[in-house]
Amino acid sequence: MTAGSVTFSSATSRRAPRLAVVWTFLALMQRDARVLRREFLPFLLRTVVQPFLFVFVFAYVLPKIGQGQRGFGEVLVAGLMGSSIILQGIQAVAIPLVQEFSFTREIEDRVMAPLPVWGVAVEKIVFAFLQSLLAAAVVFPLLYLVPLQRPDIRVQPLVLATVLPLGALVSTSLGLWIGSAVNPRQVPLVFSLIVIPVTFLGAVYYPWAALSSIRWLQVLTLVNPLVYMSEGLRAALTPQLGHMHYLAVYGGLLAGVAVFGYFGVRAFIRRVVS
Amino acid sequence: MADTGTTVMPRAEQREPGSGPAIRTRELVKRYSNGTLAVDRLELEVRQGEIFGLLGPNGAGKTTTVGMLTTRVTPTAGEAWVAGVEVRRHAVQVKRLIGVVTQSNTLDRSLTVQENLYYHGRYFGLNGREAAVEADRILEMVRLKERARAPVDQLSGGMQQRLLIGRALVHRPQVLFLDEPTAGIDPQARLALWEILRELHEGGQTILLTTHYMEEADRLCERVAIMDRGRILALGSPEDLKRSLGAETIMTLQVEPMSERLVAGLSGLPGVLGVERGPRGLDLYADGARGLLPRVVETALAENAELHDLSLAAPTLETVFIKLTGRDLRE
Repeated sequence: MTAGSVTFSSATSRRAPRLAVVWTFLALMQRDARVLRREFLPFLLRTVVQPFLFVFVFAYVLPKIGQGQRGFGEVLVAGLMGSSIILQGIQAVAIPLVQEFSFTREIEDRVMAPLPVWGVAVEKIVFAFLQSLLAAAVVFPLLYLVPLQRPDIRVQPLVLATVLPLGALVSTSLGLWIGSAVNPRQVPLVFSLIVIPVTFLGAVYYPWAALSSIRWLQVLTLVNPLVYMSEGLRAALTPQLGHMHYLAVYGGLLAGVAVFGYFGVRAFIRRVVS
Repeated sequence: MADTGTTVMPRAEQREPGSGPAIRTRELVKRYSNGTLAVDRLELEVRQGEIFGLLGPNGAGKTTTVGMLTTRVTPTAGEAWVAGVEVRRHAVQVKRLIGVVTQSNTLDRSLTVQENLYYHGRYFGLNGREAAVEADRILEMVRLKERARAPVDQLSGGMQQRLLIGRALVHRPQVLFLDEPTAGIDPQARLALWEILRELHEGGQTILLTTHYMEEADRLCERVAIMDRGRILALGSPEDLKRSLGAETIMTLQVEPMSERLVAGLSGLPGVLGVERGPRGLDLYADGARGLLPRVVETALAENAELHDLSLAAPTLETVFIKLTGRDLRE
């Protein structure tokens, strides 16, 4: 055994403190990437199955048997991408977090890594953010190829390049909040009471403007972050269908990042520091 | 092993590494939001290279103390320094200087045994090659080389505990904190763990451990602080603490009735230094056991007291604790 002289020097002392914190942050990301690589197939299946079935039934099967509209696939492109991002974003943070907080207590290990506690929370958001973008990339070809009638996609690059990351950030921040603030035993309940309504009423299956005939619902769903994501993606991919005003889209998304991010990080810190 | 015995703590910026106490607290207080006073104006000093034990029953404030020293619990008042760095103001810096093993098994279940060590090294600033080398060193040290590629779930409890300790050492911390390191593991695994801790100690590692096993404190620690209700009641080497009782033998009697006259009679016997009602009966502190037994029996008979049980023991840290608090360590 070569262990131990009295003059132990801590490994990180060689690096400047600020740089060392960045290093630690990146090391946490590498650890997460290692785990994701190992569990890539389950990740893909979890991401793909729901949007695939949806687009298959509503944009292929129903039109084929003469029961649906042929153009429905076009409406669904933005909506299903949005819902994949939000589902993946929430799950990618909240599910591991619930586990790490409860029976494994693994979180204590991550929290002892040499960076501020909020840095651990931000790392969770950032890594899940990448997963959530990956989910969008995986889902897109399905949405394009499966419908009976190819959707007419008119990409607005600038809008897409801003709405996608903002939407992913909103989702993962919300995931951090749910994962940190909710008692592990109540997480299934939260999924039923929050996540499912969010995805069903998130302007996924219709443009938000079409709700004008159900005014109260149209107003009520404005608290739903997915509405802004779906409408923003509609503006980015199928602008010919009409969409919410840009100001509303970006305002809604930025507000979502700020609110969920703030409460998420706060709940996380409260959970690990007493 | 340098004991500088300084009373004034230099500021972090001025501090030379390797000088001054490894841990120091001043008037450290933790009151939880529910009102519980877990730690009450704690004054503690741990020397470099020392194995120091916090001994006390559950709820004594040991874990809260370790929590404050390891940045996980925010003190209500007071100050604490680890390796000369103030814990509250420089939490990140302190985290770099310490290795921590908490009571829960916090191994990364998504990684293998080797990866647990490797990624820990990466968190603490090692590059890939260095981390792999350190991981190997630790695998050897905690005798888990053959299990390097196993998922951590497949290890026994004792092996997992060894891995937890090994992981806390990957980045060569200045102070190693172990909170109840052998709670809930079998006696054989406990001995193996003690062995590892002794080796570390010989290598100069400063270790602070908490325990409610008096045997662990006695056999492993150079100095022990006996803690109860958030305060330190006594502090010293195990030998000094036991000697502080002034008795060589403790005789515990289960006797009924425990009358005042009986207590007075026993106290008057030659060689008896004191008699106290302890949690297990009447404790007689004596300077030797010679000739004591028949006199005790005679006295009991003379007082018409029925003697159910009688035991003799050399002083232990447990008897010190009982003497100080009137309670058992395990209560």
